[in-house]
Amino acid sequence: MKKPELLVSVRRFEDVIPLIEAGADALSVGDERYGLRNAGNFTVEQIDETIKLAHERGVKVYVNVNSLLHNEELDALDDYLKHLEQVGADAIVFGDPSVLATAKDVALGLKLHWSMEMLSTSFDTANYWASKGAKRAVLARELTIDETIENRDNTEIEVEAQVHGATCIFQSRRDLVSAYFGHQGKDMEAEDTGMERSMFLKEEKRRNITYPVYEDAHGTHIFSAEDICMVDGLADFVTGNIDSIKIEGLLHTSEYIIAVTKIYREALDLCVSDMDAYYDKAADFLAEIEAIQPKNRPLNTGFYYKPPIPYMT
Amino acid sequence: MSTIIIPDQAKKKIITRKPELLAPAGSLEKLQFAIRYGADAVYIGGQAYSLRANADNFSYDQMREGVQFAHERGAKVFVAANIIAHNEDLGGMREFFQELYNVGIDAVIVADPALIQACKQAAPNLEVHLSTQASTTNWRSVKFWKDEGISRVVLAREVSMREIYEIKEKVDVEIEAFIHGAMCIAYSGRCVLSNHMAMRDSNRGGCAQSCRWKYDLFEDGYDFEAAEKAGEEGKALFGEGDEQYTMSPKDLSMLPYIADMIEAGVDSLKVEGRMKSIHYVATVSRAYRMAIDSYFEDPENFKVKQEWIDEVYKSAPRTLSTGFFYGSPSTEEQIFGEPDHPIPYDFAGLVMEYDEATGIAVLQVRNHFKIGDNIEFFGPDTFFQQKVEQIWHHVTDEPLDAARHPMSLVKIKVARPVKAFDMMRKEI
Repeated sequence: MKKPELLVSVRRFEDVIPLIEAGADALSVGDERYGLRNAGNFTVEQIDETIKLAHERGVKVYVNVNSLLHNEELDALDDYLKHLEQVGADAIVFGDPSVLATAKDVALGLKLHWSMEMLSTSFDTANYWASKGAKRAVLARELTIDETIENRDNTEIEVEAQVHGATCIFQSRRDLVSAYFGHQGKDMEAEDTGMERSMFLKEEKRRNITYPVYEDAHGTHIFSAEDICMVDGLADFVTGNIDSIKIEGLLHTSEYIIAVTKIYREALDLCVSDMDAYYDKAADFLAEIEAIQPKNRPLNTGFYYKPPIPYMT
Repeated sequence: MSTIIIPDQAKKKIITRKPELLAPAGSLEKLQFAIRYGADAVYIGGQAYSLRANADNFSYDQMREGVQFAHERGAKVFVAANIIAHNEDLGGMREFFQELYNVGIDAVIVADPALIQACKQAAPNLEVHLSTQASTTNWRSVKFWKDEGISRVVLAREVSMREIYEIKEKVDVEIEAFIHGAMCIAYSGRCVLSNHMAMRDSNRGGCAQSCRWKYDLFEDGYDFEAAEKAGEEGKALFGEGDEQYTMSPKDLSMLPYIADMIEAGVDSLKVEGRMKSIHYVATVSRAYRMAIDSYFEDPENFKVKQEWIDEVYKSAPRTLSTGFFYGSPSTEEQIFGEPDHPIPYDFAGLVMEYDEATGIAVLQVRNHFKIGDNIEFFGPDTFFQQKVEQIWHHVTDEPLDAARHPMSLVKIKVARPVKAFDMMRKEI
């Protein structure tokens, strides 16, 4: 049994200290240029400052460098990685092999977390990236709890799993919402299609299932209709020796993320110190989150207990 | 018929090495047709690890037969093993790759390093190509994979022509790029819509094409419960009568720009469509074969012929576009509303025999056709149009007014010589 790190993605710089005070052990941040689906976009200066504030308080900072890069973005990558190493980022999160290769060339001291989102599925693949220098596997959100623990048991590197929040279910390089506005005769350039507009899609045959969607410099992103919530299921992560559990702040308010972090902190501490007491209180923790949960974001347990059918029949 | 504009081909760089034309083969029959109609190589699926779980995937015996057929004609056979493996898939991979090597497969197309490693261990001499599912979009990643022993990288569909030039300039490795067919609207593999909407794992062959479904687009704060009470459920950013939101891309065709693809130094030109018909495979392979051969006959004076473009449209279920090659696709590259391009032809018959003396061909019927229909015969060396004038029963020679039964044999009077394996399509 092991006490997992509680990792939270940060929506805005002002939230850094409140999140640390709420109990985060580690923070996830990113600059839109190289970071995909950051809970909020930080400038490089804000990342530097976050690292400083966090380190003063014994908290780690992982920086998203997880985009799929095109040639022209490689030019400035060297300097960016050198900079992150110099300011003491505790790790960078990568999804494109070019980032790993560049880090090995110019910023050997940077710890690498492998995260290809839906592609980070098996321990063989995790071990492959470990052999290339990755120190952590950020697992796909589509795995069952058994697969998650099996991956932990069969890799030498750390394993991170998401326990709360929205998950990305689709990324296109195309600006699909703008294209739709254009098709409807709207001025594509004038329409706000960013995260803050909070748009969502509803499939025509399904009622009350809404998938958030936004566009940014990396294209179009679509998210799960529900927020994962494992606050009453932390025992599996703790007994399964998962190294880091993540609260994804994306698409939520600062107040919500801070409140959820507090609840998870308490739940996790109790789970580790007194499992029986945790089981007794698990439903209460869930109720606390339900009480602040936005109505259009139902909670569920993702794929942890419900794998999709792998093949067509 | 075509919406593609033939580009100005004034600036020309001369290339002497012919790229490979790589066609999809969802079955042994399709493999044979792809090669007869001009493909230099085909890619197929085995019975495991392939993303097209309900294509008519190959058994090892069928692979052996396919490999023999291909190798006798100087063509290659690749196997797509492009799933993203879960732990339960890891067992058996080594035996699978070993078997592919023994069968004589020329290369495997793999996306997941778990499978790359298994292949390298089990069949070190089997060539590994990195699938487009790995979304390789830059030269540094291409170089990474080359250093890992990958002999060919299939680029992400999001890579532009200019980026291909840079990649070829910076890294000495074979590059494969899609030139024709349907495309994922997402970065290939970076989509689990099916997992959420259909409980099927997209990256293990279960893609339900949820991207092409219809959606309504809403703005923040829309309260479904309140709206439902007020009888407003379903009210979106755009109202009734507006086309719904969808994410259906037009299909890709680089036929009008084939010279650009050749001159960028792309080593293998890939056609999508393991699930598509033999008519599609034959039509598309033939059209690109003619275009590529024509280029190399006289690169300096090469001109794209409208008839090639018209040909590929005869098997195209959607309007064709140029994807990301010349910039990020916009509204015009998307299909909203009804499918925009119903195929104007049906594959109607396959030539089995031809009697030169009588000018009568035996056809295997693939779709209903009748006297008076406008038809075309085409084959590797055949192309002509005519009307159906006379049909007879294959055995009794009884005259027929129509050929009604798929896979039955009929005789038909043809205007010009045909050969076995030529095809007949009928105008709808």
